[in-house]
Amino acid sequence: MSDLDLLPTEIEEDLRGSVRDLLGDRCDPAAVIAMYDGDRSLVAPLWKALAADLGLAGLLVAEEHGGHGATAREAAVVLEELGRHAAPVPFLTSAVIATSVLESDSVTPAGRELLAALASGERTAALVVPWSTGPGSPVVGRAGTVTSVAGALDADVLLVPVTTTSGLEIRAVAAERATVTPVVSLDMTRQLADVTVPVGEGEVVVADAEGAVRDALELGAALLASEQVGAARWCLDTTLAYVKVRRQFGRVVGGFQAIKHRLADLYTGVESATAAARYAAVAHAVADPDAPVSTAVAQAFCSDLAVLAAEEAVQLHGGIGMTWEHPAHVYLKRAKADQVALGTPGRHRARLATLVDLPGVGG
Amino acid sequence: MSIEGLRALVADFLAGHDPRTTDRLEFLRARYDAGLAWVAYPQGHGGRGLPQAMQPEVDRLFAEAGAPDNRPGTNGIGLGMAAPTILSYGTEEQKDRFLRPLWTGEEIWCQLFSEPGAGSDLANVSTRAVRDGDGWVVNGQKVWTSGAHNARYAILVARTDPDQPKHFGLTYFLCDMTDPGVDVRPLRQITGEAEFNEVFLTDVRIPDSQRLGAEGEGWKVANATLNNERVSIGRSAERESGMIGVVARTWREHPEKRTSELHDRLLRLWAEAEVFRMTGARLRQKLAQGQPGPEGSAMKLAFARIAQQLSGLELEILGEDGLRYESDRGWSMVRPETVDFTGRDAGYRYLRAKGNSIEGGTSEILRNVVAERVLGLPGEHRVDKTLPWKEIPR
Ligand SMILES: Cc1cc2nc3c(=O)[nH]c(=O)nc-3n(C[C@H](O)[C@H](O)[C@H](O)COP(=O)(O)OP(=O)(O)OC[C@H]3O[C@@H](n4cnc5c(N)ncnc54)[C@H](O)[C@@H]3O)c2cc1C
Repeated sequence: MSDLDLLPTEIEEDLRGSVRDLLGDRCDPAAVIAMYDGDRSLVAPLWKALAADLGLAGLLVAEEHGGHGATAREAAVVLEELGRHAAPVPFLTSAVIATSVLESDSVTPAGRELLAALASGERTAALVVPWSTGPGSPVVGRAGTVTSVAGALDADVLLVPVTTTSGLEIRAVAAERATVTPVVSLDMTRQLADVTVPVGEGEVVVADAEGAVRDALELGAALLASEQVGAARWCLDTTLAYVKVRRQFGRVVGGFQAIKHRLADLYTGVESATAAARYAAVAHAVADPDAPVSTAVAQAFCSDLAVLAAEEAVQLHGGIGMTWEHPAHVYLKRAKADQVALGTPGRHRARLATLVDLPGVGG
Repeated sequence: MSIEGLRALVADFLAGHDPRTTDRLEFLRARYDAGLAWVAYPQGHGGRGLPQAMQPEVDRLFAEAGAPDNRPGTNGIGLGMAAPTILSYGTEEQKDRFLRPLWTGEEIWCQLFSEPGAGSDLANVSTRAVRDGDGWVVNGQKVWTSGAHNARYAILVARTDPDQPKHFGLTYFLCDMTDPGVDVRPLRQITGEAEFNEVFLTDVRIPDSQRLGAEGEGWKVANATLNNERVSIGRSAERESGMIGVVARTWREHPEKRTSELHDRLLRLWAEAEVFRMTGARLRQKLAQGQPGPEGSAMKLAFARIAQQLSGLELEILGEDGLRYESDRGWSMVRPETVDFTGRDAGYRYLRAKGNSIEGGTSEILRNVVAERVLGLPGEHRVDKTLPWKEIPR
């Protein structure tokens, strides 16, 4: 692993800069908070700007399918920025997970066409599985309602796993042919929905899809770590800035050693998480054999770290951290939901046990 | 008095006041007058000077008989903080006037302590109370005031002498929340609700008869309140009460969600919650009837940590279900009448528990209290202790 380059390239930093600028202009924290009261008007224009204008929808899609042919490295940089802004856009669900499903070898011509439409930002898709589904969990396509699906509210195409006699296939179903019921979610910046698709609906886009779904969830989990790092960094930076100016007892509270040590620990944690997330991205970018381990490690570490960072942000802001007006709660909810998303840290540790041959009792 | 004697008294009282036919308020007032309200309080003020340890038995007997309770969840600040402070520092007239309607719940109380510039540093409050004839005129802004929207009275700390060093120029008052100068505005919390408020005080008149303790003694009185607050938070008598009870129930109800990793974490926290319960019982026995001191701070620290870890774990146990925040009222903005740390759904509990290490003194401040006031370690370097308050740079 030592020869994998863990530092961002100049091109990646440029990409970060343009994403950050755009989010700084167009992703107002007050509008993000307003999503908790059901106002989703921020999402569509913001996603259009990111997906089409910046071309992020097709970032990971091969050039021959109309994308930019970038790797998980660039996607990780984008996700750090999206995490930093708690941006409510379907990049992870559509531009990472859904496109990854369609990049399978067993994609059908219809699937290839859809991939090009996703790449151009013309359409947006979501994989219809519960958002808590990790790369190790079995995906069974069954009739009825799939609960707690992320990205479905923003998608015009749903990628529905269907179990057939010959295995799992993915069908593309137009969103208007399905019932998509919004769920009041812990994280309203990635609001979930319950999805019901009529039996037999849609066109097959990936035939033998089991591997494709597993890989997509694996890549999603690996890159979620970068989003978590971005959120954690916002929490650290914002808290640092606050304790440098907030005065109590005639001093800035950041001058108390109890606070200094806490933030030094948090900084150490965020730096570590950055390395773990970066390694996962880089390993996936070059399809390194260590990629599954890198995902499990990144998720086992970054999920909890992001929650810790958000909890510290709330705590060290005192009463203000408990208010609706201050955005800290948006990050707390995002971090807590991300901890469960794509497999809990406990599930990832269990996967790790198998991957690195540390069997549990009786194993 | 023996516990048997007390049981007989309750039985007598119930024989004379049938809970099914007696009006609720009448019943509560009579219970107070019979000295069976808070039995550790003195005769004439709702009690009988009995050990606090006898209280749960009395409450149990009344509950068993189907008697109405005083809805303690609506008046936590009154019962947990205002009452013991009034008992310690109030004049006989003040005790007579305020304790009975407080206990019966006819008058709800809130706590006007924190200000935008005075949270952890409570002694820095800048709300001014100026003497005016036989009373005081108060001006200033308070913040994070839980339940101010339901309250009839408030305990209030205000600055009466800015020329004194900060701890010596404060005075404690009982403030009428219906005074026209009191303006209560909702402040929304991370749960979506507005449990707390901003309170603007403009020329609020408080008669001198509602000053609690001597002029300039406000810091001492406020500390009595805070010490009571810290022991009253998270007092749990029963095994598996509070957050551990909720999470244990979730665990039992969801066998499909179990993993050995979650199981281990749950059992660790179960043991910690049980130890916390015993520590509380031991501390209460040690303190007997006396006023709680800074030792209670350690309890509140542990309470907050355990509640937060448990509620965080619960969301991980629930997994997909924990991602949903839909039960009851969702994110809608309401102004609740009660504060319930363990109510509603897992997401709410997780978020509300974050307040446990901030309200009533942050966990950082409580560690300082334990380190400095219990363990006798030296304090941090401070510039603001000896200067006249008005000369402190802010
Ligand atoms: C849910 C809730 C309900 C509340 N209800 C009430 C109420 O009814 N009435 C009322 O009067 N108040 C109430 N409060 C206010 C509460 O008491 C204050 O928020 C608390 O004392 C902290 O003050 P602050 O918010 O100004 O934070 P600050 O004092 O600004 O603290 C910011 C951070 O710095 C840390 N810090 C400060 N000083 C030190 C130090 N010396 N050493 C180490 N760390 C330090 C704090 O721990 C905190 O993490 C409530 C608060 C909450 C969250």
